[in-house]
Amino acid sequence: MNKRSSKKKLRDAGQGYLFMSPTLFVLALFIIGPILYAIFLSFNKVQLLGGTSFEFVAFENFSRIMEDNRALIALKNTAKYVLIVVPCQTALALILAATLNAGLKGEKFFRIVYFLPTLTSSAVLTLIFMWMYNKEGLINNLLEMIGLPGYNFLGDPDIALNAIMLMNIWATAPFFMVIYLAALQDIPDSLYEAAELDGANALQKFFYVTVPFLRPVTSFVVIMGLIGTFQLFDQSYIFSGGSGGPNNSTLTVVLLIYQYAFKSLGTMGYAAALAFALAIIILAATLIQRKFSKEESLY
Amino acid sequence: MNSRKKSFSKRLLYVILVLYAVTTLVPFLWALSSSFKTLEEIISGTMNFIPKNFTLANYQQIFVEQDLFPRWLLNSLIIAVIGTLLNIIFNSMAGYALARLAFPGKKALFIIILAVLMIPAQVTMIPNYLILKELGWLNSYQGMIVPAMVNATFIFMMRQFFINFPKELEEAAQLDGLSRLGIFFKVVLPLAKPALAAQAIFVFMGFWNDFMRPLIVMTDTEMYTLPLGLNTFKGQYVSYWNYIMAASMVFTLPVLLLYAFFNRYFIKGISFTGGK
Repeated sequence: MNKRSSKKKLRDAGQGYLFMSPTLFVLALFIIGPILYAIFLSFNKVQLLGGTSFEFVAFENFSRIMEDNRALIALKNTAKYVLIVVPCQTALALILAATLNAGLKGEKFFRIVYFLPTLTSSAVLTLIFMWMYNKEGLINNLLEMIGLPGYNFLGDPDIALNAIMLMNIWATAPFFMVIYLAALQDIPDSLYEAAELDGANALQKFFYVTVPFLRPVTSFVVIMGLIGTFQLFDQSYIFSGGSGGPNNSTLTVVLLIYQYAFKSLGTMGYAAALAFALAIIILAATLIQRKFSKEESLY
Repeated sequence: MNSRKKSFSKRLLYVILVLYAVTTLVPFLWALSSSFKTLEEIISGTMNFIPKNFTLANYQQIFVEQDLFPRWLLNSLIIAVIGTLLNIIFNSMAGYALARLAFPGKKALFIIILAVLMIPAQVTMIPNYLILKELGWLNSYQGMIVPAMVNATFIFMMRQFFINFPKELEEAAQLDGLSRLGIFFKVVLPLAKPALAAQAIFVFMGFWNDFMRPLIVMTDTEMYTLPLGLNTFKGQYVSYWNYIMAASMVFTLPVLLLYAFFNRYFIKGISFTGGK
């Protein structure tokens, strides 16, 4: 009896590993292995001439970050991007979701329309916006029509990053809107009815019932937003043709990592160190956000 | 009084809805209309959404001017379709094992998979490049597919799905003498179709729209996927926005079709990733 049950256990374990084997393979070769490899790389100077050679440099790659002017610019650009895009896209997503949820006719149609940017690839969206941002493009024409000055969206270092921000708020908000929409279904009608009895108007109901009730979802949306915005790459790359220009104004941390890893020689180890720095920044931002949202919910 | 106030706020809500719908649609309509315009009309900088001289020439021309265009389309399709199929099978297998089978180290493995979700791709991107180089997998389909043939998010989703899956069906199949793998493929997977559909759409979109990974793995223009091809194309035909927009539309169409057919699974998939 005992023998048979241990045999069954063994067979179960075998089946478990059989079912997990593709996952274990990828996990080992392309995720856990590379993380360890990345740690090794970040402490080495890596040369990719013919073969790959390593030279141990201890913490030099990390200390170099502080002296690297372009790294500081990239960090500043990325921070500005995160601080503006995350609140804007979260607020827009919430407003759109609440409006869609008001029980108006045609809700389904609007929902399908709003969702379009989420389906479209970042490459296509960036190209469409570059075409609209063109000097004689649609947006400048519209501005001229209502008597406002036009901008050189693509070429002016003061404007270029803002142009990307605007595009990405527009492109990402609908995704988070759907998350809010799902959560809005869970708000009990009785809460609104109680607020109505107290004489609350629509706006008051939104701020005193909807927003507080959705706080956990908002926390999730903000964390997802933080993780996504810190990793901005595609749009900056396509916008600037890979350079981060004009005048480094669209240079983001990930674009810089890409340039150091694959576009210049001998800086792959430094790029790996930058990647770890970014991972730590994202982790810290997420933790700070968590702490804030917990403290808020005490009140 | 109250009903008049209500109808006013209703109208206000409609105004918001319509305004934002216009904001969403304008870029797409503008791109679509530009793709049917002649170069002269593009350069003249007019604002009409209906082309003066409607032409299909841009769509023909992109295939003539850039003879790699069909190849890029094919590369994108091969990578996205095979990658999606493997993901569906492997993520479901892992999710099933984590939900139903007992094996040592299961809990640790589950925690590792959750932890992997938190690590930004930039950390593994550089070593992955070196590993693929060592394997001779740069500029190959497997170099794009194999590292992404499982996905932690969807393993997690399938685990949640299988935990709530009725056990009786499997037990009946077991009595009929089917093996675990047989049960999984013949009984369990066919019943998991809605979860598989939601997963398939998001994995497909992930492969189809990915820009950074092919940028690193594919250096040979013949092996480019469409997003990379589009970017190169833009570099070659800088002011030919009629071509660039036509190419963009060709690239967007497959995902829009997918969306038209599987609309409801999209919403399900997102509300799942939304922590439900």
